[in-house]
Amino acid sequence: MIHVVAFYLFATIVVCSGALTILSRNPVHSVLWLILAFFNAAGLMILLGAEFIAMLLVIVYVGAVAVLFLFVVMMLDIDFAELRAGFVSYLPFGLLVALVLLAEIVLGIGLWSVGPIELAQRAGPVNPELSNIQAIGALLYTRYIFLFEAAGIVLLVAMIGAIVLTHRARGGVRPQNIARQNQRRPQDAVRNVNQPVGQGVEL
Amino acid sequence: MIGLQHYLVVSAILFVMGVLGIFINRKNVIIILMAIELILLSVNINLVAFSAFLGDLVGQVFSMFVLTVAAGEAAIGLAILVIYFRGRGTIAVDDINQMKG
Repeated sequence: MIHVVAFYLFATIVVCSGALTILSRNPVHSVLWLILAFFNAAGLMILLGAEFIAMLLVIVYVGAVAVLFLFVVMMLDIDFAELRAGFVSYLPFGLLVALVLLAEIVLGIGLWSVGPIELAQRAGPVNPELSNIQAIGALLYTRYIFLFEAAGIVLLVAMIGAIVLTHRARGGVRPQNIARQNQRRPQDAVRNVNQPVGQGVEL
Repeated sequence: MIGLQHYLVVSAILFVMGVLGIFINRKNVIIILMAIELILLSVNINLVAFSAFLGDLVGQVFSMFVLTVAAGEAAIGLAILVIYFRGRGTIAVDDINQMKG
């Protein structure tokens, strides 16, 4: 019973916040709705028994991706009202396409009868003795180790790409030169002067 | 009782929401990127639901890879957005014609 209630709660909130993500007027609000959608999707995944994916969703999506979006939205000085021009004129066609797509998918899901699905050989059968994280780790670091490392390379390329794209060498700034600072000695920089009274200091 | 089809319907609605977001926010790249994130989230829900109901962990492993690619895509997309804004002062999709494509 509590499972059903939790499912409908999470599903309703995830759908509503998804709708508000694409409909809200202010992109900052959009990002915040997106964060709510991610949190509730993580709830759905906990209901499914995938705790590790749920935690990953909260940490990676909410903690990194959504905050990145938030930073970019706040950093750029954009007239968002101008970007919303044509919102109403695109709405009927978009709604038509969306409804047709949804009807097709739901029809497909409804017609497909879920019987006892017998796979000839499951690639990674669930072992009830192991916890979800242990089981995923056992699979990920053995059978899918090359895919795992390829994912690491994808992330590395994305990181280098983002840094190379956004980095700019600005002219007219005076950066700190640590080697010059370390070479400087007191005898070069400090001068003792016995200053006579009534005369200005010669710099 | 909540079955596989309930999760599939939720993920279908979320997917369609992402497609609709791309259609109606045709000028705003940031919202389009967020709509793509919604689509990838729905794909993840699908993968995990099938993984749970089939008793096969591979769906969750692949859901992790989808997550990785989504994170990389968001980072690169936003980086391109930032340098585009630096050069042109706008992010309207209609004005992106430097490559004459």
